[in-house]
Amino acid sequence: MKISFPHMGHSYIAFKWLVEHLGHECIVPPEPSKRTLDLGVRYAPEFACIPFKILMGTYLEVAEKGAEVIITSGGMGPCRAGYYWVMHQYILNELGRNVEIIAFEPPLCDLKDFWKKLHRLRVSGGLSVKAFIEVIKTTWEKIKAIDDIEMRSHEVRPYEINRGDTTRALWKALDMLDKANSVKEIEEARREGLEVINKVPRDLSRNPLKVGIIGEIYVVLEPAANHYIQIMLGEMGVQTDRSIYLTSYTRKNTIYNLEGDVFAIARPYIKEAPIGGHGVNSIGETILFAKHGFDGVVQLAPFACIPEIVAKSILPKVSKDYDIPVLTLFIDEQTGKAGVQTRLEAFIDLLEKRRESRKRERLVV
Amino acid sequence: MKTGYLGVDVGSVSTNIVVIDEKGEVLSARYLRTNGKPIETVQGGLFSVGEEIGNKVEIAGVGTTGSARYLISMIVGADIVKNEITAHAVAASAVVEGVQTIIEIGGQDSKIIILRNGIVTDFAMNTVCAAGTGSFLDQQANRLCIPIEEFGDYALKAKNPVRIAGRCAVFAESDMIHKQQLGYNTEDIIAGLCEALVRNYMNNVGKGKEILPPVVFQGGVAANRGLVAAFNKYLGVEVIVPKEHGVMGAIGAALLAREAVKKTGKTNFKGFNIKEINFKTDSFECNGCSNACEVVQFYENGELIARWGDRCGKWEMSTR
Repeated sequence: MKISFPHMGHSYIAFKWLVEHLGHECIVPPEPSKRTLDLGVRYAPEFACIPFKILMGTYLEVAEKGAEVIITSGGMGPCRAGYYWVMHQYILNELGRNVEIIAFEPPLCDLKDFWKKLHRLRVSGGLSVKAFIEVIKTTWEKIKAIDDIEMRSHEVRPYEINRGDTTRALWKALDMLDKANSVKEIEEARREGLEVINKVPRDLSRNPLKVGIIGEIYVVLEPAANHYIQIMLGEMGVQTDRSIYLTSYTRKNTIYNLEGDVFAIARPYIKEAPIGGHGVNSIGETILFAKHGFDGVVQLAPFACIPEIVAKSILPKVSKDYDIPVLTLFIDEQTGKAGVQTRLEAFIDLLEKRRESRKRERLVV
Repeated sequence: MKTGYLGVDVGSVSTNIVVIDEKGEVLSARYLRTNGKPIETVQGGLFSVGEEIGNKVEIAGVGTTGSARYLISMIVGADIVKNEITAHAVAASAVVEGVQTIIEIGGQDSKIIILRNGIVTDFAMNTVCAAGTGSFLDQQANRLCIPIEEFGDYALKAKNPVRIAGRCAVFAESDMIHKQQLGYNTEDIIAGLCEALVRNYMNNVGKGKEILPPVVFQGGVAANRGLVAAFNKYLGVEVIVPKEHGVMGAIGAALLAREAVKKTGKTNFKGFNIKEINFKTDSFECNGCSNACEVVQFYENGELIARWGDRCGKWEMSTR
């Protein structure tokens, strides 16, 4: 089968490897562009949020390239994104595109359905159960390595002397990972890739601010949807960490895992969890970033996203209680980055002034 | 010769140029329409400021702000380039001591800035809606054939402001037209619009912000007395409109320039007579990768002096 999937940051490198090693042909989804957006906006319902529109555009682009099957995630609601794949399928049918969407729901919701879909992918690719498990394991290693490398790039970028060096090093490192074909090769590529990033000429005398990125999963994970915010902030001299990585929940070194249940942390502010999407996470994660000494938090919310709107109206209280400034950016069709840049620059000014005045206070004490 | 500091604020609708002295007093100010031509507007504006005070004042520092701040910094030779949120906060703090809230409404955007003990602690800026900004008011004044300068005074004459939907500029306009066709008088409709805009502002950018006095209202729209009255009514406090409310961004940029040159000890100012210099920009699409960045090239008298717009930094650096 010719298989494709949504574009989310650099994860396509691992998913491409997965599809190919399951014995299928991979149609790699292009990075969301102006054309993706045009297509998506044209065929999506007007009131749908930006993730729906970008995915719609991506699906139409991969259908053009001959994709027969698109693999995506469901989510079972209660945020409307859980049913997006149903809508996408409906629109694709209506447009006469011969594409089938296979959506994986969380295995615990419907184990039988989950196995049935996996079984179909395995058998049609002609793999034994053992080989299949091996391929999945290797893919997982690849995703972890991609995340490791990306995280390191966000740590290094604020120190770079020549703008763009870190991003170019990141591309080089990802390219190495792309070529790795076994767990051993992935480990080597990971190590060499990290080295490439660590070799970027740096000015270690800088003392970068630390900003956490929270919000809805798609706009947090896809740089093309969020104006490449982590790169933008990095080039302004700010270190960033984000709440969501595909591998977050298996890690020991992300704050997400150090503190346990994010819902429990958010509970003093919102009892009726879950409210859908990543709304409750946004509240809990702001608290976590504050506890871990971050200077500020940027919330990324698709325009009209209900879970993030609920979170936004609770965040001022969290912000006050934990003494951490929060900037909310609503994301829609606009591609001009000047407006985002202005807000981020002002936010950084605010954080810097705060840090200076705290330092002064400490000196007085 | 007196020492002065130049601030230039180039926004979507207006271009403001001020020169302040060492104490922050305004020596000269220009409030001009950008008319979609930021470079020519700044060249012309600077020339006229130069004619007025050029032989009495020596410029010791230059700051630029507004959405064209980077472009204009190249033209005037700025010592500091700052976003308009910070610039507005700096100016308001200098003009009104102890200011805790700033309401700023300009041509295409509206913002709220919260300060405590002289430090910005929170701010918000409209993201996806332009209802309630200067451009919308301009358009409505035009539609009713009332000069924008008198628009606010009409509102003050109203006896019974009618309710207008302020959530969205398009809905507000159709609501206004419906009320006008039903026979409500213009004064009451304009007053209703002012109240609707304040409601929208408070619900949109002002949501969740702790608004404490003194409240300063600035930006071009602060000239509208109808809106000032509507804010007073809604907030229950008298908002302060500074004398130079229309050019506060430029004053902020000039104040920041004063700070900046204290550290560097010199200015990059190119002089008032930049009208003689030929500035030109063009752009091309880079084919280096799938991003297809549109790279802008900036020429001074035919010589390429800067490039920007590339995401990776490849072109930006090649000019150094």
